[in-house]
Amino acid sequence: MIFGAVLAGGKGTRMGNVDKPKQFLTIGGKPIIVHTVEKFVMNDKFEKVIVLCPEQWISYTKDLFRKYLPDGSRVEVIQGGAVRNETIMNAIRYVEENYGLDEDTIMVTHDAVRPFVTHRIIEENIEKAQQGVICDTVIPATDTIVESRDGAVISAIPDRKFYYQGQTPQSFRAAAFKQLYQELTEEEREVLTDAAKVFVMKGEKVTLVQGETFNIKVTYPYDLQLAETLLGGEKKC
Amino acid sequence: MLNTIYRLVAPRRFEAEFSDISLKDDNIIVRPTHLSICNADQRYYQGKRAPEVLKKKLPMALIHEGIGDVLYDPRGEYKPGQSVAMVPNTPVEKDDVIAENYLRSSKFRASGFDGFMQDSVAIGRDRLVLLPAGINKRVAAFTELVSVSYHTINRFDVRAHRRRDRIGVWGDGNLAFITALLLKKRMPDSQVLIFGKNDYKMADFVFADATYDITDIPPELRVDHAFECVGTEASGIAINQIIDFINPEGTIAIMGVSENPVPLNTRMILEKGLNVFGSSRSGVQDFRDTIQLYNSNKDVEEYLESIIGETITVRSIADMNRAFDADIRKSGGKTVMVWEK
Repeated sequence: MIFGAVLAGGKGTRMGNVDKPKQFLTIGGKPIIVHTVEKFVMNDKFEKVIVLCPEQWISYTKDLFRKYLPDGSRVEVIQGGAVRNETIMNAIRYVEENYGLDEDTIMVTHDAVRPFVTHRIIEENIEKAQQGVICDTVIPATDTIVESRDGAVISAIPDRKFYYQGQTPQSFRAAAFKQLYQELTEEEREVLTDAAKVFVMKGEKVTLVQGETFNIKVTYPYDLQLAETLLGGEKKC
Repeated sequence: MLNTIYRLVAPRRFEAEFSDISLKDDNIIVRPTHLSICNADQRYYQGKRAPEVLKKKLPMALIHEGIGDVLYDPRGEYKPGQSVAMVPNTPVEKDDVIAENYLRSSKFRASGFDGFMQDSVAIGRDRLVLLPAGINKRVAAFTELVSVSYHTINRFDVRAHRRRDRIGVWGDGNLAFITALLLKKRMPDSQVLIFGKNDYKMADFVFADATYDITDIPPELRVDHAFECVGTEASGIAINQIIDFINPEGTIAIMGVSENPVPLNTRMILEKGLNVFGSSRSGVQDFRDTIQLYNSNKDVEEYLESIIGETITVRSIADMNRAFDADIRKSGGKTVMVWEK
């Protein structure tokens, strides 16, 4: 079984003077999280789309889906964790309790604030995960990456052609993630903030899915304006 | 749902643009899978339409020949994963006399509004025709073009007198091939004669009763009726040649598009009492009939597969350009895009 996990744990601390978590801000008059979840609901391969958000926003999120989604029966809103991987673990626990975990239980995890994800990206994630391959969605880095160990002086300028910018979804077998995560020490959990990183650090092969430049993460007020602009084209559809 | 639309913004330049699809409308959401390039798309892509037309219509998603898989039907009548042909003609009113594709108010995909080069297409449920299991999807991709021939033959059938011993088809391109093939299937008692200028193309019309080089037609040869499938300004030359070689009271179906007006030998149209009619596009019933024809004549699919020139998998905007450029270079045949964008 394949499960979508839409990670909406963020409280919008990077978003400037807004009082709502950024996933609840609107683009084109509709909350970002609704746009994102619609993309997952549209794919009938998902048994369930699990939306993980801060506890105090669960009712609000459910209300939003009731208002905007024609059929919310495949969407489950549950509490996220304190950090990203804890949030993913909450999704896995939910699946384990309600469906059981086996080798074919797949998680496609995605940022709630990346509403421009495409059907192809989701399909390729599912396809790879079904083949037993862990995958991460990326685009080639366009800016030169500069490394500075002390924040003052450049320590290295790596060759850009070997570097990519990470996006989401990230997809993998739920049982494999759970096992690795349980083996992590507290210190490792502090450092490994992202699912792909857990697999990479533990020596697992993680493959690339081609993302899209427009699969942006709405993090800063600038992103929100950009997202509005992207949608602002003449409506012909 | 945020939808990505790959619009032509200027000749040879596609860009991703976005719109919001409401899931609470009655529209069905279809994921395109196989798209076929038409000459009309090429005229936009290459900037061959008049500048004022380009200015008015672009940015616009191209492609009006395509099939896809249903992603979502708010009423649940179509199931996710079912393959459907998408009808590009989109009427906004009903008329008991005038067919949907001739109503001036009707809109058409990739002409009046966005075509099928999209992540997902929101489309009216009356604009879908279910495809049978096992159909060749690359062939099904250009069902629209085949339905145009089907539609014209229907119109011909009610207009032409009953002597149909010899029917001429002028042209040796895709439209001529399809029209001649359908004529042969639907009117098996008639001889179907092809009049073209490229012997190597006409060699593929193996089902036809005879082929003739337009510069070397036997002077005594006559046809009872004819279909013009040439298009461009050359259609004028073709229609005038038809007028010369057609028997009195014959019917001429004009199917080729010309950007500019063409002069016709109206004196002989009058003297021979010819019936000249135009035909354009098709409606949803023509799609249904065409798919029924595929079902009842399996060899039609095989013949049609033979005109697929290239199949290009599209996963990026560069692939879109590659497909359109390959389509320009081809000597004939249809270019089909397997849509994985």
